[in-house]
Amino acid sequence: MSEPARRPPARAALSSGSDRVFQVLILALASVIVLVFVLSVYQLTRESWPALQAFGWRFFSERTWNPVEGVFGAASMVVGTLVTSVVALAISVPLAVASALFVAEYAPKWLANPVGYLIELLAAVPSVVYGLWALFVIAPILGRWQTAYFVDPANLPTITRCNELWAQGQTSLQCFFVPSGAGGRGLALAIIILTVMILPYTASVARDVIRLVPADQREAMYALGATKWEVISRAILPYARAGILGGVILALGRALGETLAVAMVIGDSQDILKSLWGGASTMASVIANQFGDAQAALHRSSVVALGLTLFFLSVVVNFAARLIIARLTPKGIQ
Amino acid sequence: MRTSAAVTVQRRAGLSPARRMRNTLMGALILLATLVVVAPLILIFVYLLREGLGAMNLAFFTRTPAPEGESGGGLLNAITGSLMMLAMASVIGVLVGVAGGIFLAEYPRHRLMPTIRMLSDVLAGIPAIVMGLVAYGLIVLAFGFSGLAGALALGFLMIPIVVRTTEEVLKLVPLTVREAGLALGLPQWLVILRVVLPAAAGGIVTGVMLALARVAGEAAPLLFTAFGNNSVNLDPSKPMSALPLEIYRGATSAYDENQRLAKAGALLLITLIFLTSLLARRASRRR
Repeated sequence: MSEPARRPPARAALSSGSDRVFQVLILALASVIVLVFVLSVYQLTRESWPALQAFGWRFFSERTWNPVEGVFGAASMVVGTLVTSVVALAISVPLAVASALFVAEYAPKWLANPVGYLIELLAAVPSVVYGLWALFVIAPILGRWQTAYFVDPANLPTITRCNELWAQGQTSLQCFFVPSGAGGRGLALAIIILTVMILPYTASVARDVIRLVPADQREAMYALGATKWEVISRAILPYARAGILGGVILALGRALGETLAVAMVIGDSQDILKSLWGGASTMASVIANQFGDAQAALHRSSVVALGLTLFFLSVVVNFAARLIIARLTPKGIQ
Repeated sequence: MRTSAAVTVQRRAGLSPARRMRNTLMGALILLATLVVVAPLILIFVYLLREGLGAMNLAFFTRTPAPEGESGGGLLNAITGSLMMLAMASVIGVLVGVAGGIFLAEYPRHRLMPTIRMLSDVLAGIPAIVMGLVAYGLIVLAFGFSGLAGALALGFLMIPIVVRTTEEVLKLVPLTVREAGLALGLPQWLVILRVVLPAAAGGIVTGVMLALARVAGEAAPLLFTAFGNNSVNLDPSKPMSALPLEIYRGATSAYDENQRLAKAGALLLITLIFLTSLLARRASRRR
C-alpha cells in the first residue's frame, strides 16, 4: 500500500519539471513576437533619427521633398496617404456592406457560398498584380478619356486657365477635376485600385457581423409586415453597425500601408490636391520608389522616417479597430 | 385558413407603392454593388489568362530572363527564388507562430499572455513595406542584399497569421480531451504535443497555408532585402529573385518581353495563390 502511495508525488514532481522546461521553450519562441516588435521600433527609430533631428516636427508640415537640396518634408505624402485611403474607404464601404448583405440576406445558398469565396479571393490577389492590371488595363482607358478632353477645342480656354493656375501652384474646384495629362496615372487611379483592394476586408467583417444578428430581430419585423429593405435598414444594420465600423477601420489600416499597387499607378509627384487626375504620392509609395536609390544619408533617413510614421499610424489604427470591435461586439459571441 | 390567407393578401396589397418601390430599388442596388465588387476579380483573371497563357511555354519554366530587349526568356530564377524564400520564411513563421498560438491558448493565465496577444495583433497590422525596412536595417546593412533577408521579412509577416489561426483551432479542441490526458497521468507538455496538437493539426496546416498564400504575393518587403537576381541563385546569402519582384519589374519596364513575362508570372502566381487558399479553406470547412 505504501509503495503506490509514494509513486504519484514522485511522478508529479518529474512532470512538473518537464512541464516547466516545455513552458520556457514555448515562451522563448513566443517571445520572438515581442522581439520583432522591439527590433522594429528600435531599427526604425535609429535610422530615422538623423532626419527627425534635422527637421523635428517640421518634417510633417514642410511640403518640399527635395533630395537635391537636402530638404525633406513629408506633408504632401502624409496628405496623399490620408486622401487616397479615406476616399477609397468612403467609396468601398457602401459597396462592401451591400455585397455582405447580398451574401448574408439575399442570395440563395448555392449562390451565397461561391460569391463569398470570390470576395475572399479578392483579398488574396497580390498588390503587384493589382498594380499590373491597373497599369495595363485601367490607365489606358483613363488616358484615352484624358486625350479626348485635350483634343476637344471647346476645352482649350479651361485648359489654358488651369495650366496657369497650376503653374503658380494653385488650383480651383473646376481645375481639380480637369485632366492634367498624366496618361491615366495619378491620384484617381490610385484611389480606384485602393478601393478594389480594401473591399474584401470590410466585406468579410460586415458579412460575419450581419450573420450574428439574432434571427428573432428579423422575424419580429417581418411579422409586423416590414419589407426586406426595412428589416435590413432598421433591424440588421443598426445592430451590426459597430462591428462594421471595426471592419472599416481595419480596412483603413490596410489602405494606409498598401504599397506597390499604389506606387505603380500614383505617378510619384508632390502635386497633391492639384488635380484629381494628376500625380501624387503616399508615404508607402515614396518608400518603395526612393529607398533603393537614396544615396545621401539624410534622404535615406527621411525615407525611413516615413516608415516609422506609417508604423505608428498602423499601430494606432489597429488599436482603434480592436477597441471598437471588443467593446461593441455582443458578449459571448467573440 | 381562409381568413389568414385573406389577411396576407390584404397586407400585401396594402403595401404602399413607395415602400414597395424602395424595397425593389434597394434590392437591385445591392445586387448591382455585389457585381461591382466581384467584377475586378473576374476581369483580372480573364485578362491574365488571355495575355499570360501564351507565354507559359517550356522556356518560361526552364530559362532565366533574356537580356533587356531580347526575347525568349523565362522566370526560372523567380520561381526557385520564391520557393526558397517561402521555405525559409516558413521556418520562422511556423516555429514562432505555432509556439505563440500554443502559448496564447494553453497558458492563458501567464502574465505575459496579454502582451504577446497584443503585440501579435499589432504585427498583423504593420505594412509589409515597413517590415522590409526593418529587415534591411537588421541584415542588409551588415551583410548586403540576400535571400535570407527577404525570407526574414516574409517570416515576420507570417507570424501573426499563424499565431491567430493556431490559437483559434487549439481553443476548439475540447477541454475534456486535455483532462482525459492529464487524468491518465501525462504531463501537460505531453498532452499538448501528443493529444492537443494532433487534434488541431488540420487547422494549423490551414493557417500556415493561408499565411504562405498571403506572403507569396508580397513584393514590397523584398525590394530592398532580396533585391532580385537575373540568374538562378540557390545561395541564401546572395541576392535572390521572386515572382512578385519580377512582376513588379516587368510591369514597370518599357520592354514588351519583360511585360509579357510579368503577365505570365502574374498568372502563375495568382493561380498558385488561389489554389492554396481554396485548398486551405476547403480543408478547414470540412473539419
